[in-house]
Amino acid sequence: MTNHWRDIKNADLILINGANPAEAHPVGFQWFMRAKLDRGAKMIHADPRFTRTSAVADMYLRIRTGSDVAYFGGLINHVLQNNLFHDAYVRNYTNASFIVKQGYAFNDGLFSGYDPDKRTYNIATWSYESDSASGFARRDLTLQDPRSVFQLMKNHYSRYTPEVVSSITGIPVADFNKVADLVGQMGKPDKVMTIVYAVGLTHHTTGGQLIRSGAVLQLLLGNMGRPGGGMNAERGHANIQGNTDHAISWEILPGYLKIPAPGQKTIADYVAQSAPKKSDKNSWNFFGTNYSKFMVSTLKAWYGDAAKKDNEFAFDFVPKPASNASWMTIYDQALKGKMEGLLLSGMTAASIGPDSNQVQSALGKLKWLVIMDALPTTSSEFWRAPGVDASQIKTEVFMLPATHWIEKDGSFVNSGRWSQWKDQVLPPQGQSRHDHWILADLFQRVKKLYQAQGGKFPDPITSLTFNYKDPLKPELDEIAREINGKDLTTGKQMTSFANLKDDGTTTTGDWIYTGSYLDSGNLMKRRGGIQDPKTNDPTGMGFYPNWSWSWPLNRRVMYNRASADLDGKPWDPARPGITWDGSKWVGDVPDYPLTMNPHDPNAWLPFIMNGEGVGRLFSNGMVDGPFPEHYEPVESPVANPLHPNNSASPVAFLYDKAAGRPNRFGTPQEFPYIATSYRLTEHEHYVTQHVPHLVQLQPKPFVEIPYELASEKGIKSGDHVRVSSKRGKVEVLALVTKRLGPMTVAGQKVYQIGIPIHWGYIGLSAESDPSHGRYWLANALTPFVGDANARTPEFKAFLVNLEKM
Amino acid sequence: MATIKAGETYGFFTDTSVCIGCKACEVACKEWNQLQGDSPSFLADSFDNTGSLDAQNWRHVKFIEHVPDQSSTAGNGAAWLMMSDVCKHCKHASCMEVCPTGAIIRTEFNTVFIQQDVCNGCRNCVAACPYGVIGMNQQTGTAHKCTLCYDRLQGGLEPACAKACPTQSIQFGPLAELQQAADVRVAALHSQGVTQAQLYGRDDKVYGGLNAFFLLMDKPETYGLPNAENATLPSRNDVGGYLTAAVTAVLAVIGGLVAFRRRGMG
Repeated sequence: MTNHWRDIKNADLILINGANPAEAHPVGFQWFMRAKLDRGAKMIHADPRFTRTSAVADMYLRIRTGSDVAYFGGLINHVLQNNLFHDAYVRNYTNASFIVKQGYAFNDGLFSGYDPDKRTYNIATWSYESDSASGFARRDLTLQDPRSVFQLMKNHYSRYTPEVVSSITGIPVADFNKVADLVGQMGKPDKVMTIVYAVGLTHHTTGGQLIRSGAVLQLLLGNMGRPGGGMNAERGHANIQGNTDHAISWEILPGYLKIPAPGQKTIADYVAQSAPKKSDKNSWNFFGTNYSKFMVSTLKAWYGDAAKKDNEFAFDFVPKPASNASWMTIYDQALKGKMEGLLLSGMTAASIGPDSNQVQSALGKLKWLVIMDALPTTSSEFWRAPGVDASQIKTEVFMLPATHWIEKDGSFVNSGRWSQWKDQVLPPQGQSRHDHWILADLFQRVKKLYQAQGGKFPDPITSLTFNYKDPLKPELDEIAREINGKDLTTGKQMTSFANLKDDGTTTTGDWIYTGSYLDSGNLMKRRGGIQDPKTNDPTGMGFYPNWSWSWPLNRRVMYNRASADLDGKPWDPARPGITWDGSKWVGDVPDYPLTMNPHDPNAWLPFIMNGEGVGRLFSNGMVDGPFPEHYEPVESPVANPLHPNNSASPVAFLYDKAAGRPNRFGTPQEFPYIATSYRLTEHEHYVTQHVPHLVQLQPKPFVEIPYELASEKGIKSGDHVRVSSKRGKVEVLALVTKRLGPMTVAGQKVYQIGIPIHWGYIGLSAESDPSHGRYWLANALTPFVGDANARTPEFKAFLVNLEKM
Repeated sequence: MATIKAGETYGFFTDTSVCIGCKACEVACKEWNQLQGDSPSFLADSFDNTGSLDAQNWRHVKFIEHVPDQSSTAGNGAAWLMMSDVCKHCKHASCMEVCPTGAIIRTEFNTVFIQQDVCNGCRNCVAACPYGVIGMNQQTGTAHKCTLCYDRLQGGLEPACAKACPTQSIQFGPLAELQQAADVRVAALHSQGVTQAQLYGRDDKVYGGLNAFFLLMDKPETYGLPNAENATLPSRNDVGGYLTAAVTAVLAVIGGLVAFRRRGMG
């Protein structure tokens, strides 16, 4: 989230897309209700299903899954055509005025630079004209230049008329216009809207662009950086934000530093290819400017004395992967027989898919598989799943009992970036060990092997710092202190990443967490909350700066310089983010130098992390286009009404094709219905299949079927049905409902079917069923394809057939 | 929340217009009161698999689907009704009236409570409760229902369900305060044009008034609740019966007298 949970109470309008907060985040949902009850905010929910969120929304729109770029694109068009954008904000705080290079073009669904053989773009033309004198980007603050971002964008989205939006999304024109009217009012300085999304936007081949389309709308309305505004991702479980921050994703190092690439020999090479470049004289380019400091301090934390100036701070110890190593790639490699073993922790690959059957084949091709978990999972038991002949599985499976989070202390980082420390509630059961103790023990054993036997390149292992009291049992408190980083000269904890250096005298385990654990103690433990709102929330905006700790630097709303106008006054005095008091910025922790006078002609632009210094309506940070464009899901019942020749994303990576395996995508003739997968409030992923009280609440796997379709097929609630895709099938119960219904898309009647994901062949439900959950894995249906940027699988839009059993 | 004091009347105000059907109340209740729950069963009834209040379920979220056929609609708490049902702790409690052993008492918090060590398992209360709240526990052979977390109140804590409710759909407090809050809320909804919003059990028309009363988004019958015309104690239901019996008795006496008279005349 750019903002945070409590901040949603400050909004006038709440757009919810690709999310179901009432069910997935019921506790956070209290702030949606507070906005509604206390300030009369309106809540608009666009979703394929009428959910428990829709039930309390002011407006529900049945939208076809995966079509949100068209929805936001239509809203962008409405705002631009009717001059409803926040004028001063757009001119001064976005790149609307930047002039785009000659050669940039968009025709028939393709941006300039497309290579159809490689299915990739050369993005050279997706950048700015530079001024010959200054070398910075040319700008036209009148926004009239036809090559300005503003004019190109206006032209790009002019195709997204209400009729086109309706044809793509299935939302009737009149209803879309009602939303457009409400959204159009949010560009006024005294109004603010928030957009809330979750994996319903990310789980698409266009996932990154779905989110960007919302962000572009928010920039046009001047809602980024403001209390009550922002682009707010609701994260999947209690600590998924922490996972991402600490580089669970393959393409980043901690703190969103890029993973080094082949050919980079020095820190300078790395920074040159990774860091944002300054493109305006008033751009601070804080991230780009400090990139080497963050990287060197990270290397110092990892390699200590072995990281020296004369060996580029051990930069060559860090892997420089030549190819993608995302989730699907791992199982693709295993499937090809190129992987020997796999360690799984805190998740079950066999269930989380996509294409579970293919993933299970992949697990069966490993030599060994290690599961670290508190309870049996579909991965630890895949070799004896119903229908599987265990004698045919050669994989040796090790189950290492790990502690549950309730059995350890440590931090949870919530969607709002608050790192909140928690206590151990129960002692570990039996012989279970913490995951990090298992890993520490494994590491010490591997290290001993390298020390004894040498090996090709032992240094990255043998030089790794491991300065814990007990190297087999590091304490999470020690790790938290290490992540914060310290000044090696004074031995003191670092107080801010602004003080990190690239001369080897400072360390950090994750620069965005610098400041979380000071010499005075662990700030994540702070609990200055609603027991004393006057002291703990002096502005009344809900920042509660003495509650836990929020990255970066305890800032509660990111980009908050944009919450104030050019003079430093809040756009809306009733909802101040930060304010210039004549000598310093007050309010939230400023995303800006504390004493930088906004009237200084050299004052930095508001978005200090970007090279441009302003919000990017046009961006070359994505591999699939500088402006978000609607593409159909890879499996879709219709051709893209905008450009049928380039219907789906032209750059989505096709694993099966690349590996020479047979095509595993279905056609609408064989699989006529759209399906989408999701979670229910009663369960958390798969683990709650072991919890009796929750199994009682949702005891059996089911699919939600539109009433009209069920009537055609003679299906009643409680009947057994088979749902199949090109990849597999589920055999579960039917729940017939009018909460799903037919819609007209591209002149065609389509149905959407809903598939909750929580069941499999492990847990109380499966144990009590005669089938033992043989065909219960929802992800048996989902396609092995993902977003071109993040390779996040397309769990949310695929084609199926439906039969009564 | 202010201190919980003996001698004061406490209750729940359950505002169904903000209920999101998360069932946290059901689980929190079971966790605190150590209820195992019933054996799992898929009821094919919207998202409800609990079915009804009984000895194992002291909170039950009802789901009533009234979602219209069109593809866009205002939810606003009226299209998919969700209601966390519970013992109403009636002022005129049918269960108390029929209990032969005095097991059902009114506590110092003016709530209705079944004393487990006095209950003889006769089931009269199960039959008498107009809301189907009470169930028999097969292990103990006694009647069970919501205690309004009597033990928590004695310890100064609010009931588990209200504590767990994320949207303040379930509010706990002194009845007078809850009634005030409910009046404000229903007025606000009416002013927004949500005219169907109505309070149930806020006044004395339903069993003399309910300590656990509701804001409903449709008429009581939609939720399976008796409306004001029907919400009367079993003894008052008996008034007609008593009258008939009395009339029959009078007629019989008269008939007898007539018969005697005739015999006398004969």
